[in-house]
Amino acid sequence: MNGALTDYNIGYLDEQTKRMIRRALLKAVAIPGFQVPFASREVPMPRGWGTGGVQVTASIIGEDDVLKVIDQGADDTTNAVSIRSFFAAVTGVRTTTRTDEATIIQTRHRIPETPLAAGQTIVYQVPGPEPLRFLEPRETETRRLHALADYGLMYVKLYEDIARYGHIATTYDYPVMVAGRYLMAPSPIPSFDNPKMHCSPALQLFGAGREKRIYAVPPYTDVESLGFEDYPFEPQRFSRPCAICGSVGVYLDEVIIDDAGGAMFVCSDTDHCERAVARAAETKTGETKAGETKEVPA
Amino acid sequence: MYVAVKGGERAIANAHALLAKEGRGDPRLPRIGPDAVAGQLGVLVARVMTEGSLYDPDLAARAILQAQGDVLEAITLVRSYRTTLPRFGYTLPVDTSGLPPQRRISATFKDLPGGQQLGATFDYTHRLFAERDTAGPRADSPAGPPPAMPRVTDLLGTASLLEPDNAPGAGDPEPADLTREPTVFPMTRAERLQALARGDEGFLLGLGYSTQRGFGSTHPFAGEIRVGEVEVEVAAPELGFAVPLGRIEITECQMINQFKGNADTPAQFTRGYGLAFGRAERKAMSMSLVDRALRAEDFGERIVAPAQDEEFVISHSDSVPAAGFVEHLKLPHHVDFQAELGLVRRLRGEFDERAAAGGAVSDNTGPDNTGPDNTGPDNTGPAGEGSAGELMLAEAGA
Repeated sequence: MNGALTDYNIGYLDEQTKRMIRRALLKAVAIPGFQVPFASREVPMPRGWGTGGVQVTASIIGEDDVLKVIDQGADDTTNAVSIRSFFAAVTGVRTTTRTDEATIIQTRHRIPETPLAAGQTIVYQVPGPEPLRFLEPRETETRRLHALADYGLMYVKLYEDIARYGHIATTYDYPVMVAGRYLMAPSPIPSFDNPKMHCSPALQLFGAGREKRIYAVPPYTDVESLGFEDYPFEPQRFSRPCAICGSVGVYLDEVIIDDAGGAMFVCSDTDHCERAVARAAETKTGETKAGETKEVPA
Repeated sequence: MYVAVKGGERAIANAHALLAKEGRGDPRLPRIGPDAVAGQLGVLVARVMTEGSLYDPDLAARAILQAQGDVLEAITLVRSYRTTLPRFGYTLPVDTSGLPPQRRISATFKDLPGGQQLGATFDYTHRLFAERDTAGPRADSPAGPPPAMPRVTDLLGTASLLEPDNAPGAGDPEPADLTREPTVFPMTRAERLQALARGDEGFLLGLGYSTQRGFGSTHPFAGEIRVGEVEVEVAAPELGFAVPLGRIEITECQMINQFKGNADTPAQFTRGYGLAFGRAERKAMSMSLVDRALRAEDFGERIVAPAQDEEFVISHSDSVPAAGFVEHLKLPHHVDFQAELGLVRRLRGEFDERAAAGGAVSDNTGPDNTGPDNTGPDNTGPAGEGSAGELMLAEAGA
């Protein structure tokens, strides 16, 4: 934030608006996976850049909270930096990059590698809250399909993927069934992250500002990724470890390092990666300096 | 290199400092003040106020300057400020028949009570670059109070040739406010008109134009267009009378459309309505065309064109979400792209395996593809092969 700010309420939104959003959140928590329409406000960043997540965070954040903001898993991507500095300016709360220190984590496209704990809230920025939207463009119609729990369209889509490609060809924003009732878009997290939503001890809130919808998954709620008995849900996996910290079983970014097709794979979760490196350094200095090999994977 | 997208606070601060410098232009030239913008770019200011849903010429002028002339950016600025303002209540309906028009024309009558008044208009100007005298017209207008100018729709309405302002028995329902309440389709006409008033002028212009070209035709006539200042009043129940808040300049368009009628009801013209802040004729006219097109269901018309489709029009007319979402593609998406990349590599790997096993892929087994060229060093260089093999996804359950 540069330049002087004109007077704004704490958290930017006025108290009436926060109350309206909190009511929508309560309803969302009461009906897991159900999209609650809310009177989405403009916020000082463009629509589609996390305005839903920003409104949810602005409505729940208090003085004692510690905020972490990530985009693509990283704390240092430009939009994460921008949103974090926005909240630092309009709320004055403490911010962090450490997943385990944060009470509120606002995210775009990832769930942190560090498992979330009870008492934490993760706020997802959602571009398209309607999992059926690309199968049925009309809101009036998709509302009816949800009311009737008529999700045949989605199963047909997944079946067609299998018939055409031999696999379910959805790799992110992979549809989930929440508490056995509502089909829900998990936001464009990679399907790799989907299992983390299931029975998470953290409260999961979803804000879609442009589409004016809020939904939620309360702690310890069933979140089942769709699949078939013979073609079950398959989260993506990486066969290699991170080239920096050596972690395995984490989501990796492919970083192109030359113009001849060379690439390295590194953690998408920057906090996880930094701490893994720090831990490795600690154990190394603690022990005898046995061979200063870098943990470069084969 | 992609990591360049990962930037710290310093990169952002520097980018904004550069932006401010670009916006200043040549420092030897005087800076444009908001007063100059408000006074000399009135039409632009009107657009920012209308689509920003806030009547404040000074703030709109500031927004235009801060946005360096990017209208949609200026509108977003105004909206983001407006949304934090408390709402105290509704004004009384503005009485546009009472406004002393600066401009008032009707295309449906050669002359009418109050007369035609051209006012300040680009119509009939020759679009040639020229410096014009800015002293204003010769003051030869007759003294005395301006003549009454009843609305054309009221004149026609008295003879029931035109559908009335409100359907019989409509009462006076509480107007909705789509900035404060969730929007759910189908909308009331009042909500739709709010959405259209905030809607992007270019989008509504295109849709209005499409109805004229046959995509949901409504046979429109510009019944009346008027521009002028109206008094804004708010009811104060404890005082027992209306309190004037001030005057705002508006443009109103009453479109008269295709008549309806059948054996049971006499034929009657239908209407579309447009209203915008300031001088904004194109916007008001486009809005009235789209308003009428969206009323298709009211008149039992078949919905066949985009302009008649409420969900399509209303969901996409607002420039703030539209611009934001299109431009959000600039944000990093490498996590999702990585997931797609993994799948495409896997599918290609399986394809190659099938081909190698002499599967159904016959096109690739021709002599051209199996020749020695294909296995030459150029194609199997370590760089190329290495990266393609790195991210094979593990098999299911592995």
